[in-house]
Amino acid sequence: MMLNWRAIALTAELAGVTTAILIIGGTPLAWWLSRTRSRVRPIIEAVVALPLVLPPTVLGFYLLILLSPSGAIGAFWESLGGPRLVFSFPGLVVGSVLYSLPFVIQPLHNAFRAVPDSLLDAAAALRAGPLDRFRSVVLPLARPGFLTAMTLGFAHTVGEFGVVLMIGGNIPGRTQVLSLALYNHVEALEYGRAHTLAAGMLAFSLAILLVVYSLNRRFETPRL
Amino acid sequence: MTGLDVRLRAVLGSFVLDAVLDAPSSGVTGLFGPSGAGKTSLLRCLAGLTRAESGHVRLGDETWQDTTAGIFVAPHRRGVGYVAQRGDLFPQMSVRDNLRYGMQRLPQARQRLTWDDVVDWVALRPLLGRDVSRLSGGERQRVALGRALLASPRLLLLDEPLSALDEPARHEVQNCLGDVVRRLDVPVLYVSHSLTDVARMAERLAWLVDGRVADAGSVTQVLGRMDVARWRGEEIATVLDGHIRSHDQAYHLTAVETPLGELLIHGRPEPPGTEVRVQINARDVSIGLRPQEGSSILNELPLEVVEIADLTASDCLIRLARRSNGPVLFARLTHRSRDQLNLGPGRSVFARVKSVAVVD
Repeated sequence: MMLNWRAIALTAELAGVTTAILIIGGTPLAWWLSRTRSRVRPIIEAVVALPLVLPPTVLGFYLLILLSPSGAIGAFWESLGGPRLVFSFPGLVVGSVLYSLPFVIQPLHNAFRAVPDSLLDAAAALRAGPLDRFRSVVLPLARPGFLTAMTLGFAHTVGEFGVVLMIGGNIPGRTQVLSLALYNHVEALEYGRAHTLAAGMLAFSLAILLVVYSLNRRFETPRL
Repeated sequence: MTGLDVRLRAVLGSFVLDAVLDAPSSGVTGLFGPSGAGKTSLLRCLAGLTRAESGHVRLGDETWQDTTAGIFVAPHRRGVGYVAQRGDLFPQMSVRDNLRYGMQRLPQARQRLTWDDVVDWVALRPLLGRDVSRLSGGERQRVALGRALLASPRLLLLDEPLSALDEPARHEVQNCLGDVVRRLDVPVLYVSHSLTDVARMAERLAWLVDGRVADAGSVTQVLGRMDVARWRGEEIATVLDGHIRSHDQAYHLTAVETPLGELLIHGRPEPPGTEVRVQINARDVSIGLRPQEGSSILNELPLEVVEIADLTASDCLIRLARRSNGPVLFARLTHRSRDQLNLGPGRSVFARVKSVAVVD
């Protein structure tokens, strides 16, 4: 069996890096969304949810324009000495982070919202500072939310197509992830190899969701 | 050492809390008042969980808030024990870990209550290994109380800790609560809707109405207010502090000296001189114009009518006192009796007390 190991490794790396960035950056954002009474909250929520409804090619197109060496962000970035953002792995990461943002933020947001304020108040009275409260009360209670967020973020990044095609350019070994490799096989009428990839991705997605749902069931704490 | 000194103004939506309150450095101050009077808001401001716009909170020589000096101490640096209606135990932790939570966050040198003491006082030993989700309501409140105590609080705030409990659980928690607060040497503020709870627990009482402390003083004095009594509606009672004067061994009765006169009650085990608090329900007091002869009633007090207020379509409430500004006794009579006796302020009467309960 011929497997495109370079595409598999690249996809795994992209999904891993993207998920890590989203969890680290998404946690404070989701926490802020779950607790703020600010009037800008609906705006932020709408922007975060945008990738859910926007055609990926639209997002990819604007990113391509903004991140290119002549684009507003790309020019500034490269003037700081940053690596080229289009048709490169860093560009894929930027695109994936934006595209998978809602899949990480929403489970975290829901998990944080379910933590009662009264528990945080109790912890504060018991001498726990803000970070301590988050670590000792919120994190354990939001564990299923984190698991869901990581899985969905990872799986969704693995499954993206339009954004990575636009911004990555489908360069084998550098920006050609699995979904693009599959597309190439189909274009080249290599249905056998396409089947291997497609079936593999199907099995992977199903397996990962099975793990999430069964773990979430086990983590479920009895409601009060 | 001075106790708690509070003057706070907080605007919370359409509600304004504007409270002035003092409490001694130990002992229980009850907070009494209609729903929405601001009792919980006041406690939250004291704990630092809600930030009042202006005013000050001082405890002993520490200042927790002083808006003119720009001081606001974060809640986790205050050391306030806060026990609310539903205990708010951390569901993902065992009972033991819940109890340790606050204690772990305090250096050992500053821990003033030991694990063994608290576990014994609140009878927590059988619960230690249990899962929080398997506790009954009363057990949850005991764990919450133990958890607050183990953090060696400088101030204990109890926000209706018994109100979500059924009667047996209430009794169980109340017993250890009473024990615990007697042993603590920090101020305790106790919010309750129950007159009996307050009579059992509190030495002083503050009466909150519309975000203001309308009155504060002895339990007898505050419960003797007409507006407090009318708010109680069905549960109107007089609470008097007195001491045991003598025992009548033959009849197994005890004479208690109260500010309204001597009362005979069922025999008590305590020696003469012991302070006791008694409760007399307004429905158990009737009024006569002359001393009664040939009656089974033991207690008859010569008093004067101070004030009469309507209670229901059929009943009115009479405030009786020995002297003006002194402690009062409430009597609940029908309008018809009032008219037949021609009662009005200043009228000298004899209050016949059918039953007296000792609060303990």
